[in-house]
Amino acid sequence: MAPPAEVLAVRGLSKTFPGVRALDDVDLTLHAGEVHALIGENGAGKSTLIKLLTGVYRPDAGEITFQGAEVSFATPLEAQKAGISTIYQEVNLIPLLSVARNLFLGREPRNRFGVLDIARMNSEAEEVLRGYGVRVDVRRPLRTLGVGAQQMVALARAVATDARIVIMDEPTSSLEPREVETLFSVIRGLRDAGIAVVYVSHRLDELYAVCSTVTVLRDGRRVHHGSLAELGRLDLVSTMLGRDLGEVRAEGLTKFSGDHQATDSEPVLEAHELTVPHRLHGVSVSIRPGEVVGLGGLLGSGRTETAKAISGALPVRSGRVTVAGVPLRGGSAAAAIRAGVSLLPEDRKSEGIVPGLSVRENIALAVLPRLSRFGLVSEARVDSVVDTFVTRLRIKASSPHQKVGELSGGNQQKVLLARWLAMNPKVLLLDEPTRGIDVGAKAEVQKLVDELAADGLGVLLISSDLEELIEGSDRVVVLKDGAVVGELTGDDVTEDKLMRTIAGDTAATAPAAEEVAGDG
Amino acid sequence: MTVTKTEAPVTTASNQPHGEGEPAGSARSERLSALIQQHGALAVLVIVSLVASFSFDSFATGDNVSNMATSSAFLAIVALGMTFVIITGGIDLSVGSLFALGGVLAAWGSRYGTLVALLLPLAVCGLIGVVNGLLVARSRLAPFIVTLAAMLGARGLLLAVTDEGAETFLIGKGSLLAELGQGTTLGLGNPVWITLALFVAGAVVLRRTRFGQHVYAVGGNEDAAALMGAPVARTKILVYTLSGLLAGLAGALNAAWLASGVTILGNGMELEAISAVVIGGTLLTGGLGYVSGSLVGVLLLKVIQNVINQIGSLDSSYQQVVSGAFLAVVVIAQTWLGRRRQLM
Amino acid sequence: MAEATTLRTAPLDRARVLQWLQTYGVYAGVAALLVVNVVITPNFLTAENFRTQAVQVAPVIIVALGMALVIGTEGVDLSVGAVMALAASVTALYLGYGLLPALLAVALFAAAVGLANGALVALVGVQPIVATLALMVGGRGIALVLLPQLEDLRNPALASLGSGDVLGVPYLILIAAVLALLVAFTVRRTTFGRQLLAIGDSRPAAQLAGLPVRRVLIIVYVVCALLAAVAGVLATARLQASDPTSLGNLMELSAITAVVVGGTPLTGGRVNIAGTVAGAVLIQLLTATLIKHDLPPSWTQIAQAVVIVAAVYAARGRGRR
Repeated sequence: MAPPAEVLAVRGLSKTFPGVRALDDVDLTLHAGEVHALIGENGAGKSTLIKLLTGVYRPDAGEITFQGAEVSFATPLEAQKAGISTIYQEVNLIPLLSVARNLFLGREPRNRFGVLDIARMNSEAEEVLRGYGVRVDVRRPLRTLGVGAQQMVALARAVATDARIVIMDEPTSSLEPREVETLFSVIRGLRDAGIAVVYVSHRLDELYAVCSTVTVLRDGRRVHHGSLAELGRLDLVSTMLGRDLGEVRAEGLTKFSGDHQATDSEPVLEAHELTVPHRLHGVSVSIRPGEVVGLGGLLGSGRTETAKAISGALPVRSGRVTVAGVPLRGGSAAAAIRAGVSLLPEDRKSEGIVPGLSVRENIALAVLPRLSRFGLVSEARVDSVVDTFVTRLRIKASSPHQKVGELSGGNQQKVLLARWLAMNPKVLLLDEPTRGIDVGAKAEVQKLVDELAADGLGVLLISSDLEELIEGSDRVVVLKDGAVVGELTGDDVTEDKLMRTIAGDTAATAPAAEEVAGDG
Repeated sequence: MTVTKTEAPVTTASNQPHGEGEPAGSARSERLSALIQQHGALAVLVIVSLVASFSFDSFATGDNVSNMATSSAFLAIVALGMTFVIITGGIDLSVGSLFALGGVLAAWGSRYGTLVALLLPLAVCGLIGVVNGLLVARSRLAPFIVTLAAMLGARGLLLAVTDEGAETFLIGKGSLLAELGQGTTLGLGNPVWITLALFVAGAVVLRRTRFGQHVYAVGGNEDAAALMGAPVARTKILVYTLSGLLAGLAGALNAAWLASGVTILGNGMELEAISAVVIGGTLLTGGLGYVSGSLVGVLLLKVIQNVINQIGSLDSSYQQVVSGAFLAVVVIAQTWLGRRRQLM
Repeated sequence: MAEATTLRTAPLDRARVLQWLQTYGVYAGVAALLVVNVVITPNFLTAENFRTQAVQVAPVIIVALGMALVIGTEGVDLSVGAVMALAASVTALYLGYGLLPALLAVALFAAAVGLANGALVALVGVQPIVATLALMVGGRGIALVLLPQLEDLRNPALASLGSGDVLGVPYLILIAAVLALLVAFTVRRTTFGRQLLAIGDSRPAAQLAGLPVRRVLIIVYVVCALLAAVAGVLATARLQASDPTSLGNLMELSAITAVVVGGTPLTGGRVNIAGTVAGAVLIQLLTATLIKHDLPPSWTQIAQAVVIVAAVYAARGRGRR
């Protein structure tokens, strides 16, 4: 068999933003039918590279050769028309438009009068989507589909535009395992059809399952490239982090110290039979002071909803929450906060930070009434609170007056933690506290959670990162379809047990856990 | 309209490997909410009309109906353009001024013949629409402020044309223009037929052309639409141009109907048009809307006005109070329905 | 390398110029108009002229203060003109009982309109443009129902409110100045002000941070309506007549213009009170200049339209973070 043709060749690509060399002399080669993993920490240059390839940015230096000719795309649309399609993390389709109209937007079949042939469009859409395992009424608005199905529609759309290269930027971040499987089979189909795939993900299992080659970026440079199978899992992590292999082994992959002094005292928080229509069915959780309770389960199992229901952000139909024995008025975030329950929301950018306000004002936001008299703010007291937490949490900002929107993800998360710690809470609900922040900040946040638990706070931890959940929690409550299906305590807190509990009676083996074991 | 029927949300309990598997109850309430959102105004229109025709002898007479239809026609044409703008997530507050300007320009131009009388307002109002569109789409300014400025500017232009409002141009009797505005065909005024034709064309454009798809896409999710290859800027420029053209046309037809270009018309018409569109089930947040609904919305507003006039003892100021209250009730209902359908 | 540096500094300089324009452009504009008028307008530099200009702009400033707060929450209030008209009607209706009862009645009516706006926006979740549009139509309707046509008012207390002065400074100007200082202080130094800005910047985040989002929003709309009512009463006092038909027409436009020209972004999260006052003054000076040089109202309106678009155009970079 002849070697597959080279589809894309990138030579010496560089891009500088004011103050940052985002990409430095990077090469990348893609062949037809290659599934290429592109990995690196946040800020390593992955997204800059993708944006240069798809015409969002223009390179400062270097050249991109696509199908034998040098190209320079001015817009993502131009790149897409040339044959480079991108699937983004969030589904980029029109939620209110029907599935078929989404799939065919811009290339709708027309009849001889020049108007859209709706019947043909619908039947073709149904047929195309069947190939992606999506069987729905294509006349329904897109938003009535699940996230996974929407992702498939986006993929079908991308491929249907005669793509030669499909770039997938964390496509599985909101998919359920069976949907991931479908995605993988679609990717294999693309591979067999001679389409090159660039696959960006933080989930190592996925990379090993579907990719053949890999490029590792660190600090804007390419630090490794080649066959993925030849690169061991720990080697991959240490290359990515730029840390010594032994160091990674010694410290493990997270910064948690292990078990906390789980006291036998009365629970500081008790959630009893929380029910939210279609979301939660009688979920009960209790947390003792100094205890980190993990919430396990798949996406859509009700983890985020549980945290939001406890914190008053999601109104419950029935059930009650008590904090230190005192019942909480439901449906009010303010009441929960006053009682000492604070939620670090999953969607940091839109529900957490107030981007246009400064670090100082963000930290002081919730505690402001306590630092005020007769509604007048005491600037001195605000300053002292802000100074304390900027130092204690090592928040890196040019000054307390810098806008939070300009900080890195990790520092934004620390600002949010500072906002809650300033309130002196009894319980912290952490929903994906380390998602999307770089490894250094991740370790710091994990360490901080440890310290807080040691100080006697009750912590509820939600994480899709199994290692983080297992190593960080003293106890894991497992949710499935909005109900508690099990609880792991003591030595039972292992990935294997967690997977088995989620899988339920079918006693399925846990592939992720086995691969971890086999690779180390 | 039959065209919208094909898009009615049909939820079958089909095998969905990827659906979130919503419970049947929520699907039913979703369908019900969608139905109310889309056809609620029609139901209210029917009820109000029935009640009015039983309560007032003069309501269901041919004269009154024909009158209502003609006076609805001009607002309906304006609301048609507004529907397109609102579906893209925008708003056009300049239509009232453009309506007045169109009327004055048509009356002024009528001395040079019907063609000039029709083309002049279309050209000027269309141009202002283009400017609106350029400022919204290319310079990315907030639509309400751009069109608010255009409303002021068009008023200024109108004053400049009419010697600071002192001069009123008349349209000669018997001209083709006057016939267009005042004549009747099959018992209904010509403006009514023109309006109906425009609405049929509008519905086809919106539901059955690529441009129409782009209008929905831009309003539904602008960033996604751009990435999907929809010409976002061009679509926006086109809808504001269309809105300007239709407002100018409505003004010209209205002037032909009145046989003069009255300068003080069109005040608050933008509000009526927006009310009609919203009442008709178009989401102000964009991405969802129906041309047929806007027509129903206009009729509903005019029927209510007519009823207030029939009561007679009520001052005409009550119309404004009722309109405002009605708009408030409709947006509350819409927000509530929308929240049930999780559109917001 | 040299090439890279020039490439980098050029846009930075432009950004800096733009930033300077956004912050100080309105003051520069006022200064420029003053200089131009000193040169070309006869009798411009007289105390009487300044007094007239200031008295004319005072109601706009007062309305714009409330508008600035509303815009700071990423909202807009189109009903301010209607509230002014309502204030005029109610003043005429209750003036028979004395000035104070009349003012109380005005405050009640205005608070009710503000409450309705605030409830629609904060509790029901209607877009501010539409919510206040409903009150804009309905509010003027109510004003006209209460008082169908212009009515002359003869009340010495009201008259002195409109035309009296302290040490040569008219009450109108004093009231506007005090209110401006009060609002600026509220924005800068109170928890309410900080919470308002946070809500304007990111409402979901403010909600989850436990801020009283609904209460703040409702209060903001009530305050805006009350300020508009103050402006309505003062304008009525100056006219010595209640004119619900035309009082406050297009006031929403003038107020929004003043706020936007003054450097408060329509996207919320920031409020610039000094700029808002300067913005109102700028528009007033522009109009006065055109009128003094015998340009017809048509030109004034067109010029105003151009200024609005130019101001929003200059400010557009700010909304994007």
